Amino acid sequence: MLITSIGQGLLWAPLAIGVFITFRILDIPDLTTEGSFPMGAAVTVSAMLSGQSAWVASLLGFVAGCLAGWVTGILDTKLRMPSLLAGILTMTGLYSINMHVMGKSNVPLLDQRVLTSYLPATWSVDVQTIVMGALITGVVIAVLVWLFKTRLGLSLMATGNNSAMSAANGIYTDRMIIIGYMVSNGCIALSGALIAQSNGYADIGMGIGTIVIGLASVLVGEIFLRGRQMWVRLTAMVVGAIIYRFLLTVAMGLGFPVDDLKILSAGILVIVICLPLLRNKYQTKQQLKRYLKQIGVDSNATTTSSLKRQAPSEGLLSRDSK
Amino acid sequence: MIGNNGAGKSTLLNTIAGTLPVDAGDLTLAGHRVTRKPVAYRSRWLSRVFQDPKMGTAGELSVAENLTLAAQHTSSMSLKHYRRHGQTAAYQELLRPLNMGLEQRLTTQVKYLSGGQRQALSLLMATLSHPDLLLLDEHTAALDPQTSQKVMDLTQTIVEQNQLTTMMITHKMSDALKYGNRLVMVQDGQIKLDVRGEEKQNLRQSELLTLFAE
Repeated sequence: MLITSIGQGLLWAPLAIGVFITFRILDIPDLTTEGSFPMGAAVTVSAMLSGQSAWVASLLGFVAGCLAGWVTGILDTKLRMPSLLAGILTMTGLYSINMHVMGKSNVPLLDQRVLTSYLPATWSVDVQTIVMGALITGVVIAVLVWLFKTRLGLSLMATGNNSAMSAANGIYTDRMIIIGYMVSNGCIALSGALIAQSNGYADIGMGIGTIVIGLASVLVGEIFLRGRQMWVRLTAMVVGAIIYRFLLTVAMGLGFPVDDLKILSAGILVIVICLPLLRNKYQTKQQLKRYLKQIGVDSNATTTSSLKRQAPSEGLLSRDSK
Repeated sequence: MIGNNGAGKSTLLNTIAGTLPVDAGDLTLAGHRVTRKPVAYRSRWLSRVFQDPKMGTAGELSVAENLTLAAQHTSSMSLKHYRRHGQTAAYQELLRPLNMGLEQRLTTQVKYLSGGQRQALSLLMATLSHPDLLLLDEHTAALDPQTSQKVMDLTQTIVEQNQLTTMMITHKMSDALKYGNRLVMVQDGQIKLDVRGEEKQNLRQSELLTLFAE
């Protein structure tokens, strides 16, 4: 069960990384995800059915995702729409486009060679999935780690953190946001391409709930692996995707029907949002107690209500300190 | 530049900086027409220090990374590594004169610095590229009196050392009289008073106050 989760998690990892780029680096909740994920699947499967190799088809899926991100980026920056609305518009439009790409709502692969068929056939499916997933996720992480070491990467981080200051320092912030959307949705579509090949079909509904899956993976990953360095943060996304898959597998093992998985996903997201908050609260209390002891004040004299109350999701969902 | 609240000081500053589009007229910076150019483009000739210390720096990034943003401000799209050889030593050299201990905190995220430290860093970043015009938007207003004075002294030193053309908005009449060689008073969107040189040196606070009241 764990082995399967690792394999599946590695295929979902590019989705978590894509969501991480918009959500954490650019500080934008991007709903394009729900459209670009099935788009990656649709383009890849269609390309494979028309004779392209799995490698070329997956790359086309990635590029299609980048284009979807570009559209949202233009809506967000040039047309000055709120980013949530921009994402919703692209996502809705992509439904029709995906239908046109596929021709019908579910397109199965026939006997085409998927990426894992390039590996030795003697290996089990799980090993094949893990090796291929690790290879592709590894390449994605390597490229992103390099990107965020360049001046362009620094500009991207600065734009997400403080766009007024970035513009004042010569950064064309609109361009940066568009680039961020493109890279992010490219990764998400790539994940869709991998999942479609793993499942053996592309489905118009496979994007539903992917933003929740992505966000949950990001937050789970950050609970288990913390750090400031980019490779640590990106590896945390892979860990998050794997653990999230594992949780779902456990739930299914407990007898939850497939239809209930979506509400389970939402539930997991709620829990992982609350968990760090509770931990912070506990730590603050402990710190206060220690401090009061140090200066010799009876800790019972102060009630907990004197602690500064925080809005539930403040500081976790958005970076409140500029 | 001084003036009542709502007189148009910030409006003027924002139109020069590019955050506010102009309704009419032309804007020329160091011989370049920039009337319709974005903020990022104008940054080649002008820098700005905001009133809020949080505005001028990126809190999630380290002190060194913030300095890099300013030092390499013309190559924001470059695919070269932003960490350069000898950068650390150069940055430490830049930070030492501030006397705030920042030279030992290059890798600290800026959000952990105090308001005064952040503002001093903003000021350093803004002047790093020797801009043709430096805009200061009440940049000491959010600081405590002592820190405010320190940042003001620092401003004076840097501006004089680098011979920078500087435009400062202030609400402190004493600062307006003490620093700089020209004083502009704005009221209802119009320049009410414009004195320079010796005439400005001879101006008294009481005279200014009577002008304000009119």
